[in-house]
Amino acid sequence: MINLYLIKIFSYACCITISALGLNLIYGYTGLFSLGHAAFMGMGAYLSALITKSFCQYGYLVYFLAVIFSTIFTFLISYLIAIPILKLKSDYLGIATLGFGIIVKVLLDNSDRIFPQMGGSRGMLGISNFTNLPIAFFSLIFVIIIMKNLISSKFGRSLLAIKEDENAAYALGINVYKQRMLSFALGCAFAGFSGALYAHLYCFLHPSNFDFLRSIDLMLIIVLGGLGSMSGTIIAAFLWVFILEGLRIILPQAILDWRLVIYPLLLILLMLLRPQGLFGNKEILWLKEKI
Amino acid sequence: MTYFLQQLLNGFQLGSVYALISLGYTMIYGIIRLINFAHGDIFMLGAYFGFYFLTRLKLNFLLAILFSMILCAIINIIIEKLAYAPLRKRNVPRINLLITAIGVSFFLENFTSLKIIFGPDYQPYPRPFKIITFNLGNLTISSIQIIVFLITLFLLLLLEYIVKKTKIGLAMRAVAYDKETASLMGINVDNIISLTFAIGAALAGAGGVLYGICYPQIHPFMGVMPGLKAFVAAVLGGIGLISGAVLGSFIIGIVEVFTAAFISSTFRDAIAFAILIIVLLTRPQGLLGKEEGIKL
Repeated sequence: MINLYLIKIFSYACCITISALGLNLIYGYTGLFSLGHAAFMGMGAYLSALITKSFCQYGYLVYFLAVIFSTIFTFLISYLIAIPILKLKSDYLGIATLGFGIIVKVLLDNSDRIFPQMGGSRGMLGISNFTNLPIAFFSLIFVIIIMKNLISSKFGRSLLAIKEDENAAYALGINVYKQRMLSFALGCAFAGFSGALYAHLYCFLHPSNFDFLRSIDLMLIIVLGGLGSMSGTIIAAFLWVFILEGLRIILPQAILDWRLVIYPLLLILLMLLRPQGLFGNKEILWLKEKI
Repeated sequence: MTYFLQQLLNGFQLGSVYALISLGYTMIYGIIRLINFAHGDIFMLGAYFGFYFLTRLKLNFLLAILFSMILCAIINIIIEKLAYAPLRKRNVPRINLLITAIGVSFFLENFTSLKIIFGPDYQPYPRPFKIITFNLGNLTISSIQIIVFLITLFLLLLLEYIVKKTKIGLAMRAVAYDKETASLMGINVDNIISLTFAIGAALAGAGGVLYGICYPQIHPFMGVMPGLKAFVAAVLGGIGLISGAVLGSFIIGIVEVFTAAFISSTFRDAIAFAILIIVLLTRPQGLLGKEEGIKL
């Protein structure tokens, strides 16, 4: 029983890590302040669940197609959204993406008016359980490899240049606007991918799983890990999932309510003691190597 | 037509509460460029303090507002000194301040949800005075609305007086404009920042009590959405501007009530944010903001 629970938590951690890596590309490497990341996760989750539910007789085949399709769909949607929204900078971009996230959540809440099988605010039930530990784990490895190559490519270096100094990057002939859009859309596509995995892991979706608090959770993870550090993001995401779940087990029943009191205190303390995050912008193990 | 005017009145009522919260947001953002996510929870604390003053101590309604304003101010000063001031002194990136504010917000919500503090349940708010309704033609105005308008107006004028006419207000504006120069002029920047947090919290505290009286149900997570919307209002009007925050709050309040009345109450959150995004794209400095005032 406890094993089954651990496997679920570990798969869940893999999903969260994929999402967080996407946000790290957007904010950590490119410096685009986004507070609506969970909305894209929600899009991927709901779309893929809708597909597998409609064609459930085809089993894993339709699952793989649904995951791929919803990743591409999230990429396209976020690219379209990026066209107007990335004209904004810094805090204003954060507020606009936060607003977008809340709009998506409200639309999901009302989705059952058009698609009754999406359940709206009652939640979406009856999704088949396709995602298992190996799929989640290898997806994560796959994403890490892609991300590592992306960051080490010419594209990744141009993103870093844009983050450091937009004007200098522009003077070097980098198309700042286009690279930013691409980075934003790619990061969101990772969120959509992780959402699709998540949907078939828990087999139940609710709009409140993808509200702005979840976006903030993802932001917390990448800041805790260290902005612009993949190793930091991965480790912080796993720590975040396991500490929050672990406190459930360690704490005696009487003070279980204190779990969510201890967590923010740890957060404030970490921000005071390690403002640059756990890893700063350093990498560990083979992530350190230049490709 | 009567229905329209009636809803407009309800929109002004909601807008007044938003205005009181959004002023704190805009002042704190203006002075240290922090989106203070915990501000909505200070508003929640205000509502709860008012609740206990009214039910347990059976205080007069105005005294309850005054005391919960003072308590909120003290708590926000303590939070500022413990959580934000050490970070500011170390010159850490702004994202750390933001994450700390989120941490404070989670802490306040979950700590007050503990059974030994306020408890996680919804509490019915007392009505401290008799509700009298006045009829103007077909329009109905309740005494609650009149009291909310009067108190909001009084606090806004008081704030306007403090910021524009007193020495403290001058110091606040100086610090918001340029911290280093202000400190060279002999202004104690730290104290002014604390004071700004205190004034913002006091206004939010008053807003909390008024909110409780208008929409008589409170719980520890009640501050999240009003807090966000008050922040949206501040951005809409032009962040850092008192007049902008008030204008933005009334717009958001009215839009929200109209959406609920004429379209569907489930879409009320979405419309407010959609308006925000449209305004940001066409006029990023906000409705009343000046172009050159943006330092972002």
